[in-house]
Amino acid sequence: MLKKYSGHPYILWSMIFIVFPLILVIYYSLVKVSSETGRLMFSIEGYKTFMQPLYLKVFIKSVLLALEATALCLVIGYPIAYIIANMKPELQKFMALLLILPMWMNFLLRTYAWISILGKNGIINRFLGVIGLPALDLMFNDKAVLIGMVYNFLPFMVLPIYTVLSKIDKSVIEAAQDLGANSRIVMRKVVVPLSIPGIISGITMVFMPAVSTFVIPSLLGGGRSVLIGNLVEQQFLVVGNWNFGSAISVVLMIFILMSMRIMKRYDVEEEGEMNLW
Amino acid sequence: MKKMLLMLLMGLMLVTATACGEKQVVLNVYNWGDYIDETILDDFEAEYGIKVNYEMFASNEDMYVKIKQGGTKYDVAFPSDYMIEKMIKEDMLESFDAASLENYPYIGEKFKGLSYDPDNQYSVPYLWGTVGMVYNKDMVDEADMKSWDVLFNEKYKGQILMYDSQRDALAVAFKTLGYSLNSTDPKELEAAKQLLINQKDLVLAYVTDNVKGIMLSEEAAIGVDYSGDAFMILLEGGLDKFGYVVPEEGSNMWFDAMVIPKGAEHVEEAKLFIDYMSRPDVALKNVEYVQYSTPNVEAVKNLSDELKSIPYAYPSDEELDNCEVFVDPGTFVEEYNKAWVEIKAN
Repeated sequence: MLKKYSGHPYILWSMIFIVFPLILVIYYSLVKVSSETGRLMFSIEGYKTFMQPLYLKVFIKSVLLALEATALCLVIGYPIAYIIANMKPELQKFMALLLILPMWMNFLLRTYAWISILGKNGIINRFLGVIGLPALDLMFNDKAVLIGMVYNFLPFMVLPIYTVLSKIDKSVIEAAQDLGANSRIVMRKVVVPLSIPGIISGITMVFMPAVSTFVIPSLLGGGRSVLIGNLVEQQFLVVGNWNFGSAISVVLMIFILMSMRIMKRYDVEEEGEMNLW
Repeated sequence: MKKMLLMLLMGLMLVTATACGEKQVVLNVYNWGDYIDETILDDFEAEYGIKVNYEMFASNEDMYVKIKQGGTKYDVAFPSDYMIEKMIKEDMLESFDAASLENYPYIGEKFKGLSYDPDNQYSVPYLWGTVGMVYNKDMVDEADMKSWDVLFNEKYKGQILMYDSQRDALAVAFKTLGYSLNSTDPKELEAAKQLLINQKDLVLAYVTDNVKGIMLSEEAAIGVDYSGDAFMILLEGGLDKFGYVVPEEGSNMWFDAMVIPKGAEHVEEAKLFIDYMSRPDVALKNVEYVQYSTPNVEAVKNLSDELKSIPYAYPSDEELDNCEVFVDPGTFVEEYNKAWVEIKAN
């Protein structure tokens, strides 16, 4: 009996804090204050505006940049996860902690720190100056944004992959070795396929915040380019066009849902019944 | 378990007991971040026995949305000129006959009857200033600094900071072209947009709050900035190293004023607070901390020499000749935004 009802508070919680706000966003994306009567009326103007080449360009740029960040996170994160997963158990815990440690600091602070590393008179350029090399333009461009994203979201890639890797049964690997597989084949045919669920949740967890971030492009990109997150922020905080702002958010949500869907199918094909999360 | 319940009950009793015991009025004040000497709030509490609950916002729009949404009970807020105009239009402000306040006569004549509140019914000016260029004297030719044109000069490529806000950036472009910064003419907007698109290659970054950090670390030579923020750079980096100028084409002249939002619970106490802030000694103490410009003429008289020596802190009338105050653009703000996205996406 108790078991039957124990889920209810949770359901109520998600109704209030997840479902209801979602409905609100969709609602606002479909209504607009009429300039004549001052009343709310149905309008798909927000979606129409978004279809203009100007905004589509912003959208595509954001997606491409987020994809680059995700790919970089995977390339850097997978070896890290693999190395940690193969350490002694006590050391593993310590390394995982080290990885999470910077996340205890405020996100803004961590991003600001990069300004003093990459800046014209920053640490890197000062070092280059000392050894007699010309200074580099590292700050206020898309590369700086990319660095900021990879730095901030890397733990989201490493942790799920590490979790999956550390749970792989060692006997599976031994079996492969017994059957004559060298380490490269073990990696390709056993370890990587078994870690796909971790890779997929890693990709999702990096891609989602990367595609919608607006703080990193303003701070490290010097506001030189506008990404989809900035667009939403401006519509709500500057322009006050909630209709358009919500419409952008809904399009972004649908896009993310669709890409998750596609990845999940890929996951199922490779792994049978393995789940995304 | 029983023990815990008991403790919870006792805690609850304690809370209700104190709530009944004190009848002290709590005044809810809503101001910009880091925009007041907070010890003044303690002084006010000590003098009038009114507790101040102080909250902060980051932009006019933040504040507007929060008050508009309702559910808040702010007694005093500090919006800027065009936002006050908009809030009056939308009937969001309490009319309280500002001129009747005891310390109102200390406010300079040129800060009264301004376009956003022509009859001084809704607001008392708090601080004011301009938008101009802060520059590093070692990195620029000071002769170039008289005009906004310097921001479009190849010579300073990669050393220019623009203000990352559509209204402020477009205002610079409008003024450079000799238009009004409140222009709602699509052709003028198009020209301003084109100017800023062409300028993009020269700009190091579009920033707001970190103009100070970037200028002080000498990463940039020139930055478009709000006067008070620029003054902090001048005082911290040294007046011999940094300068501030309001270009002769004119610029944005702005005012932040104290208002009482409709629905405030403590209107009388709010008036008392506004009056207190306008008292010459309090205004002086405040401006020595915040370093913007005060409209309080009595306070200006007693200003420290250091603050007086800052260029354009208290500009003459002719220096402000071509300056304008922002006007609420209504729905044309969407056109500004579109132009801004085009500039950024280019």
